[in-house]
Amino acid sequence: MTEMAPAQEGTLEARFPGVVTHDERKGYEGYIVQLDKLTEVAQVLRDDLGYDFLSSVTAVDYLAQKEDEESYFEVVYHLYKSTGGSALVLAVQTPRDNPAVPSLTPLYPGAEFQEREAFDLYGIDFTDHPDMRRILMWEGFEGFPMRKDWKEPYFEEDVKPFANRWPGGQVYRIEDHNPVGKNNQYPQGFDPESWSPAIEDALYDSLRRSNAEYDEIEDLDTEQVIVNLGPQHPSTHGVFRMAVLMDGETIVALKPVMGYLHRNHEKIGERNTFLHNMPFTDRLDYITSLSNNFGYALAVEKLMGAKGVPTERAEYIRVIMAELTRISSHLWAIGFLLNDLGAFFTPSLYAIEERELLLDIFEATTGSRMMNNYFRFGGVARDFPEGVLERIGELVTERLPRKVDELDRYLTNNEIVRTRCEGIGVLSPDEAIEYSMAGPMLRASGVPYDVRRADPYSIYEQFDFDVAVRYHGDVYDRYLIRLDEIRQSIRIVQQAVERIPDGDFLTGKNPYQVRVPAGEAFGRVEGPKGEIGFYVVSNGKANPWRYHVRAPSFINLTALEKMCIGSKVADVVVVLGSVDIILGEVDR
Amino acid sequence: MTETPNLNTEGYDISPEARANVAITTIDKIFNAGRRYSVWPMMFGLACCAIEMISAAAGRYDLARFGMEVLRPSPRQSDLMIVSGTVTKKMLPQIVRLYNQMPDPKYVMAMGACASGGGPFKEGYNVVSGVDKYIPVDVYVPGCPPTPQALLHGLMKIQEKIDTEKHFTNFRDRTKPIEPIPVPILGPDIIDPRDYETIKDGVKSGPLTTVIPAVE
Repeated sequence: MTEMAPAQEGTLEARFPGVVTHDERKGYEGYIVQLDKLTEVAQVLRDDLGYDFLSSVTAVDYLAQKEDEESYFEVVYHLYKSTGGSALVLAVQTPRDNPAVPSLTPLYPGAEFQEREAFDLYGIDFTDHPDMRRILMWEGFEGFPMRKDWKEPYFEEDVKPFANRWPGGQVYRIEDHNPVGKNNQYPQGFDPESWSPAIEDALYDSLRRSNAEYDEIEDLDTEQVIVNLGPQHPSTHGVFRMAVLMDGETIVALKPVMGYLHRNHEKIGERNTFLHNMPFTDRLDYITSLSNNFGYALAVEKLMGAKGVPTERAEYIRVIMAELTRISSHLWAIGFLLNDLGAFFTPSLYAIEERELLLDIFEATTGSRMMNNYFRFGGVARDFPEGVLERIGELVTERLPRKVDELDRYLTNNEIVRTRCEGIGVLSPDEAIEYSMAGPMLRASGVPYDVRRADPYSIYEQFDFDVAVRYHGDVYDRYLIRLDEIRQSIRIVQQAVERIPDGDFLTGKNPYQVRVPAGEAFGRVEGPKGEIGFYVVSNGKANPWRYHVRAPSFINLTALEKMCIGSKVADVVVVLGSVDIILGEVDR
Repeated sequence: MTETPNLNTEGYDISPEARANVAITTIDKIFNAGRRYSVWPMMFGLACCAIEMISAAAGRYDLARFGMEVLRPSPRQSDLMIVSGTVTKKMLPQIVRLYNQMPDPKYVMAMGACASGGGPFKEGYNVVSGVDKYIPVDVYVPGCPPTPQALLHGLMKIQEKIDTEKHFTNFRDRTKPIEPIPVPILGPDIIDPRDYETIKDGVKSGPLTTVIPAVE
């Protein structure tokens, strides 16, 4: 599949002479597109060349470091074919004053939230975007926090490790140096008493706007109500909020509101050293820490080149751990989907029981139940302790298959599960691709796209497993596909446990710090929630210049409104449960 | 299984055959025993720690042993707020509001590093460095995330705290309303109404922000 790239190269540059140029910067492999021709190029890529899956949209702030350099923002697009293959990377550059880029949302609706995020954090205006509002921070927040020249209140130095933590330095409590003793800052002349917030208006206007079409076809004059679900609500899986416009009990418009767990992962990540970020990736999707580790390790290893190639044994350990994580995540998802259906906690208890057994393995191997911090560049942090591999073998051959069948037997043909799930929250294959859905969401809609097969990484090519796919695209299929995937993961682990070779678990020594050559890399893996990608830009120093996470939970929410419109408010909860979001990853 | 509370006050002579059924005790003891075994935590998950909280409520660790399995989604029915995860500025007004809605007597547990002091995300521009900057906290549980065992230990500390309550000497005067904590406002940054004066003074000559003395 990788051989296809040169052929495409010719056609793209030849097709748009002077508009599309190859990125000549060292370590970059994409194409730079002229700002005003972006939509045109994207149209051709989508319709003629088959790049129909827009995986990631993000911005990079190239702030000049020396006097002779130029400062600009770059918006980076990662495009894939839904039939498989490697990425096509497009970049457009826009000046730092009044940055504006044509929006790709009309072509790829999956870009909607990602462009809003770039607007929120970088202040890049996406022209023709249907709903340009802040997404993670609140309306009225001062400044665009991801810009390199924006400083947060607790800013100490540009990069870690901080000098004052070093021998001779004096560590202090930073809040003692803030006038209000908190993590706050206010602009000059700000008067807190005369200031009035107007944050919610934009949200409700947007709700009513997306309802305009519905209003016209409705001949009965009814009054519509706005209902807010969350952020403190037992069925929103954390601090997620949905603003819902309802006509009676029918949903006519829905806007997800997020950012209630936005903990500035990317800003902190750009200050950390490369290895520093590994424990932070654990806290993205905290149910699937090891998969997140995997994606980040792949991205940095790509940059490191030959130095970062993991050993054979490490690859096996990685695959075993990542697949066990998938099993535990899907068990959790099934348990909590049933919670949302109203079977309060009993099915979850069955799922959590098995998950605890997997957590025991993680704890024995990595030292922690959830925040594993286990992967290193070129391998893993430590080997399996004695007896753990046998325990894994026992679990995947004896207990887990039996327990999955048990869940299947109890739930799959349960009448309530079927009537509440079948035909709810339907997403067609075309829509799923358009909205950049990933993972079980995409495959339940009949698109057999799995990064492990479509763009293989690590040693997945050596294993015998099927890409689970279901065709109805409703909540019930999303439940079934998770069962299917657990079974496939069990197959992979069974093979891996049998074949795992002896040897080192890490290439070279476990470094305190790594230095990676300049360039950009996008490492993506098939996480339990979908394709989790890490976009890392290095400028040759010890810290990443840009560190971006393509979060599947976040992007999967783009289609939430689409799936919910026309259904009842009780179904919204079920649809959200079937998307299986984790707020740590949605908000980052 | 936790031990049954010893309700008897020392120094009273109860005949051996009556001991199983009769206790001579104080109002404080019987109140506290009732409350310590029926703490209703609020079902209120913020981040990663919430997952461990759910695990603690599930089969293996079983909060029910402490009489705490009744997790209430409504603040008006709960006694204990477990702040389980990173508190962000965007979420903070809601947390303070929820706290104000809880009936007295109420307890707050800061679960994990983030809720206690900002944790690994302390420097973040949207992260509150410790929920105790806004609401009073009774017990801090360290860990990132704390294991269910650590959480249970924290809950037992809450129980110990309940045991020391004095209902007649320390009881709140119920003729007066509880003073709610002022709800922070989302401005250019989060604004605590209690800080108005400091902010007004601080922004006169320039922006108000942290100023770190130079390292020698």
